[in-house]
Amino acid sequence: MGSATSRKFLLLGPLLLFLGLAYVVPFLGVVRWSFTLPETGFGQYIAVFTDPLVQSVFVRTLRICLIVTAASLITAYAIAYVWVRGSSVQRALAEFCILVPFWISVLTRAFGWLAMLSNRGLINTWLQSAGIISEPLALARNEFGVIVGMTHFLIPFAVFPIASAMRSIDERVLLAARGMGSSRSRTFWTVFLPLTYGGLIGAALIVFVFALGFFVTPAILGGGRSVMVAELVYLRIFQSPDWGLGAAISVVLVLFIAILLALLRRFIKPAHMVG
Amino acid sequence: MPQSMQPGDAKAAEIKAISIGKTFGAFHALKDLSLDIKRGEFLTLLGPSGSGKTTFLMILAGFLAPTSGKLVMDGKDITNIPAEDRSYGMVFQGYALFPHLTVEQNIAFPLKVRRQSAADIKRRVGEMVERVGLVGHEKKLPAKLSGGQQQRVALARALAFEPSVLLLDEPFSALDKNLREMMQEEAKRLHQETGTTFVFVTHDQSEALALSSRVAIFNHGELLQAGKPQEVYERPANRFVAEFLGEINLLPLDTVQLDGERAAGRFEDQTITVNKSSALAGRAALAAIRPEHMVISVEHRKDNCNAITCRVEGATYFGASTKYHLRTRTGTSLAVSMPTATTSPIEPNTNVWVSWPEHQGFLLPNGS
Repeated sequence: MGSATSRKFLLLGPLLLFLGLAYVVPFLGVVRWSFTLPETGFGQYIAVFTDPLVQSVFVRTLRICLIVTAASLITAYAIAYVWVRGSSVQRALAEFCILVPFWISVLTRAFGWLAMLSNRGLINTWLQSAGIISEPLALARNEFGVIVGMTHFLIPFAVFPIASAMRSIDERVLLAARGMGSSRSRTFWTVFLPLTYGGLIGAALIVFVFALGFFVTPAILGGGRSVMVAELVYLRIFQSPDWGLGAAISVVLVLFIAILLALLRRFIKPAHMVG
Repeated sequence: MPQSMQPGDAKAAEIKAISIGKTFGAFHALKDLSLDIKRGEFLTLLGPSGSGKTTFLMILAGFLAPTSGKLVMDGKDITNIPAEDRSYGMVFQGYALFPHLTVEQNIAFPLKVRRQSAADIKRRVGEMVERVGLVGHEKKLPAKLSGGQQQRVALARALAFEPSVLLLDEPFSALDKNLREMMQEEAKRLHQETGTTFVFVTHDQSEALALSSRVAIFNHGELLQAGKPQEVYERPANRFVAEFLGEINLLPLDTVQLDGERAAGRFEDQTITVNKSSALAGRAALAAIRPEHMVISVEHRKDNCNAITCRVEGATYFGASTKYHLRTRTGTSLAVSMPTATTSPIEPNTNVWVSWPEHQGFLLPNGS
């Protein structure tokens, strides 16, 4: 190994040190709790896979994450399309829509959605005063609210990989399709879309993994009624002194994400070669 | 060999471009261009980059709309018909194959667009794969093929649906010399087999001369000359065409006098006789002679030839031919290309005669 290579490792040093001290060491502590609290053994892991409450939270988390991923991908695809292929005004507008959410904290955005969606929020007030509905619609403090808030937060993260895949498409390939008589919609479905699969898979991965660990948005927009995994860990550790179970759930979540990443890495490679 | 279509049974089209103009903002990419593309011909659009040849091809394809003028195909105005409804075959620079589709699927694409039956598509794809020599590569993705093979897929795909016109945009520019020559032969053969009208864009003059039944030379958005390769090479309309098609020697003549079939003027102390060009009578002009039409000799030859004295300055060896660099008494530089096999080398700093038959010279207007 040359000295230039080792010098580059040196540049990574501060980051590795920070990750080690702030994440790896505390996580090892969490792993220890999961096997030792309240008593040594696999008891907490058995609970994770048998406790109906924990099970229902896991199922809900997966369901919400899948819906959020699908909704984010569809919306992000449309935004990325305008951003990459629109007129200069459309591009500027799309860029604005992508970047502005980044400057507003997740907390502010969750409360913003609460103000829109709650029983006495903007949407219900308008609909009631317009006489369209008599009873407020249940838009917040449930899964729907959580999905809306999370999707809104995650769309920009899906836009970037999709837009990058769209940008790498050779314009001449699309011209070639048109020149052979292919209609716009046929060209989209048979050429454009398949050439962005790599970006879509990357975007899905980022959004899904990110969504699995969501805490603030579900806590505020779910109103305690649609608890997700991260909130469950919080409740086990801070509200009921059940550190062992909270720790075991954390470990299972981390392992699940690690396996997911490993599987998708293997799956994503051929897709990238094509794209 | 695959069954070959006879010229004539294909539905080749003719296109008339009438006063086509195209501007991009203040830039005039094409100026009042009129050109008849004949049924079944192999027409090459030749010119330096930025000359408007590719813009014209894109207008023919329907990817660009002309700012003025119109296009008429087989008597029908097609100026406003979009590319997808013109159904021309097109081969792009860089091939533009679908990277996610196999060789077979690429070739089948235009057939599927035309909703042909699965059996017809299978038969036609097989035929095309065989015709371009890609048997055994049907299931490969384009990334797994060499440049030449990708080029063959592009040709097969563009010809699979028997288009009435095939447009080719600098298709061979990325290939190395040997492969390029092979693909040129291939294109020529496909043109003969299909009988389709080919419109081919290139900036390579030797490619244009070797392939085409007609060459159209572009510069600065204008069509300078269109004609058979021999016509444009041996009787170029102006100095740009003459110089773009290959090296040429230009000798400034004083007042040109007409003399029967020939014209004559004085260069240094010699009378130079060239082919007649009435338009330049009584004016100063340039006598133009291609390097390969000139001969170097030690003796003064007088058999119906022009001859001038020169000094040899150097030589470049090209294998089949050797090019000599010479200078006349008043300092005009000349190049003479001689077949290496039949001439003995001439040393630099020798004084020699350069001569050429009178009918090989022609007049060009002085100035650019």
